[in-house]
Amino acid sequence: MNENPDTQARQIMDNLTLYYGPKKKFIAICAGTGCRASGSLKVKEALEAELKKQNLSEVDVLATGCLGFCEKGPMLVVHPDKYFYQHVKVEDVPEIISKTVARGEVISRLLYRHPETKKTLFREEDLPFYKKQCRVVFGQNGMIDPARIEDYFAINGYQALGKVLAEMTPEQVISEVKKAGLRGRGGGGFHAAVKWEGVRRAHGDPKYVIANGDEGDPGAYMDRSLMEGNPHSVIEGMIIGAYAVGSKQGYIYVRNEYPLAVTHLSIAIEAAREMGLLGKNILGTDFSFDIQITKGAGAFVCGESSALFASVEGRAGEPRAKYVHAVEKGLYDKPTVLNNVETWANVPLIINKGADWYNTIGTEGSKGTKIFSLVGKINNTGLIEVPMGTTLYEIIYDMGGGIPNGKKFKAVQTGGPSGGCIPESLLDIPVDFDKLYEVGSMMGSGGMIVMDETSCMVDVARYFLEFLKEESCGKCVPCREGVRRMSDILEDICAGKGREGDVEILEAMGKAIADGSLCALGGSAPNPVLSTIRYFREEYDAHIREHRCPAGVCKALIAYSIDAEKCTGCGVCVKVCATQAITGEKKKAHSIDKDKCTRCGACIQSCKFDAIKVK
Amino acid sequence: MTKPIGVAAKTRQIVKKHGGGKSAMIAVLQDIQETFNYLPKEALKAAARAMNVPMSRVYEAATFYTAFSLKPRGKHVVKICKGTACHVRGAAILQDRFETTLGIKPGGTTKDGKFSLETVNCVGACALGPVVVINADYHGQVTISKVDKIIKKINEEGAKS
Repeated sequence: MNENPDTQARQIMDNLTLYYGPKKKFIAICAGTGCRASGSLKVKEALEAELKKQNLSEVDVLATGCLGFCEKGPMLVVHPDKYFYQHVKVEDVPEIISKTVARGEVISRLLYRHPETKKTLFREEDLPFYKKQCRVVFGQNGMIDPARIEDYFAINGYQALGKVLAEMTPEQVISEVKKAGLRGRGGGGFHAAVKWEGVRRAHGDPKYVIANGDEGDPGAYMDRSLMEGNPHSVIEGMIIGAYAVGSKQGYIYVRNEYPLAVTHLSIAIEAAREMGLLGKNILGTDFSFDIQITKGAGAFVCGESSALFASVEGRAGEPRAKYVHAVEKGLYDKPTVLNNVETWANVPLIINKGADWYNTIGTEGSKGTKIFSLVGKINNTGLIEVPMGTTLYEIIYDMGGGIPNGKKFKAVQTGGPSGGCIPESLLDIPVDFDKLYEVGSMMGSGGMIVMDETSCMVDVARYFLEFLKEESCGKCVPCREGVRRMSDILEDICAGKGREGDVEILEAMGKAIADGSLCALGGSAPNPVLSTIRYFREEYDAHIREHRCPAGVCKALIAYSIDAEKCTGCGVCVKVCATQAITGEKKKAHSIDKDKCTRCGACIQSCKFDAIKVK
Repeated sequence: MTKPIGVAAKTRQIVKKHGGGKSAMIAVLQDIQETFNYLPKEALKAAARAMNVPMSRVYEAATFYTAFSLKPRGKHVVKICKGTACHVRGAAILQDRFETTLGIKPGGTTKDGKFSLETVNCVGACALGPVVVINADYHGQVTISKVDKIIKKINEEGAKS
């Protein structure tokens, strides 16, 4: 390789960083999907209009990707003071500009108030939700408008690429990533550098590099937020990976349900091409690489590597047996590196800061950080990034703020349909790839769904099996038929038709399906059932032996009634009841006709006096 | 005024736009669905011819992926998120409400062609659960009374136009 153009690559990036960055005065308003749903785009427009009106046009407004604390949206951060405002409405905008932006004063009503101490907290990093986080990957979201490549330059974007092209051989890149111990964030936890090495060594041309953005695990949305909020970090990681393995063509496979991610990735790819970061002779070197986006069409199994390849090739996404691994025969039977979106986003960081730095974060076997989506029955819902090894307790209670409405914690579900439910007794375990596996769950792509005493664990198992039954591609018998039969048994148990011995059948079938299935979907499909049996056997027994759903979820096993002491006779429930099951005189306690009642829950949601009881 | 272009001709344009290769199958089907709101039989036949693949190959992809519909869909597509986070926060209750109010099951379309009901495995807005996406609008923390309001609003808008 010619040396001059390579050193030049570094120089070009240094100049770009100097030219664009770092910004001083700006407002970062979250425009992730969650905050958009809460109306953040209108606030953004209002901010821009108001800045103009108050002659402060030099202040930039960044419509950023997800800032994580989705519960509090729309939210914004005013730089350089970094004041954090939550639930911002259009009406608040003039005051934000005239006070906070122009004079640096805070508006206390928009600040976050600590739920226990009742103290107002000024900055993002003061909030309990953010305090213990380590947002080395995800934190960049708050500094950039994903549609503007110059914002990414301003935070040292593409510096890692410059460094790699100018100073490192492909082997050095692989060895650095290996030293960092980067493991796949998509769920499996396979060492990324081992894959890269395999593809580099494999015979076959062309070689492909793919980012798996088919985030199918229900309850997980961190990949979405990275693709939407910081697409260049994924692209930069892929370019570095392509250089390391010797690939010229890359693909990003994005879920059909993520239109904004597709838009931002397309803008980012186009901008990177224009800047000479993608395409022929990247940054003047003789390395060429380009990326194409492929959209999924709603099939969970396409997150599996061989099914994903089939889908990119335009076929039905059915997995195949992996006698030969993807590093040798992947997409179009050519050597292929497939890594998850979050894994790719970690690569520039490792190159920029070095493997030694990366090794200071995390546990013995799992290095770096992991982004989790903390959702379900929890006070602070949103996305968090924590060092590997943080305990579940810290995540749920310190960052998540515990369970709402004074309810009791029951379980946390990790790993999506391949994972399991972890009970309270295990909340002290440090979260990393190996520990979660040990307790019968898995890391998965990072969904953490918190459940309280009103969640039925049998129903949760039934839910996942129903999901997997629909999503099984149907190619191999153990998964297609076995999952269906397990699902039937769970349906029966939830309907009060469970029989003694069902649990044992479920366990035996679970083992057979795990052993006999072709791909990881079937191989891990029994996990939600097996883990709930392991930790919540008594709930299964209550359903089967006593025809009772202790959590009050399974419709066939519960009845609604009205607590005469609490009922004020306001009549709201009568209006919402779709089957006219509730009757009663005004201002007197009402009653429910159990035969007409479909237990739809409408009355419970509408009752302000907590008068409807479930038994 | 230009002559309205037929289903087959439009399909051929879509195939051409994607280069005609069979690896573009899913992208082609997505564009067909975007254009016609579903996958008309005529379009699938035309696509098979234009891409030079057997009809079975097109049908395989069209029926494998849940995003595709072989039946015409309603003007407003209601997608109920059934992700885990939405499930534990009561998505099933909302589904019940939509089913009873609209009188259709997931996959169905109301007789007047106004609503289609679908379920999605996860729309990735988990913090706002339970979530319902109508056309391209995300509705977060949906309750039964919100469901009633949403349906009412769409019906009223329909009456005006």
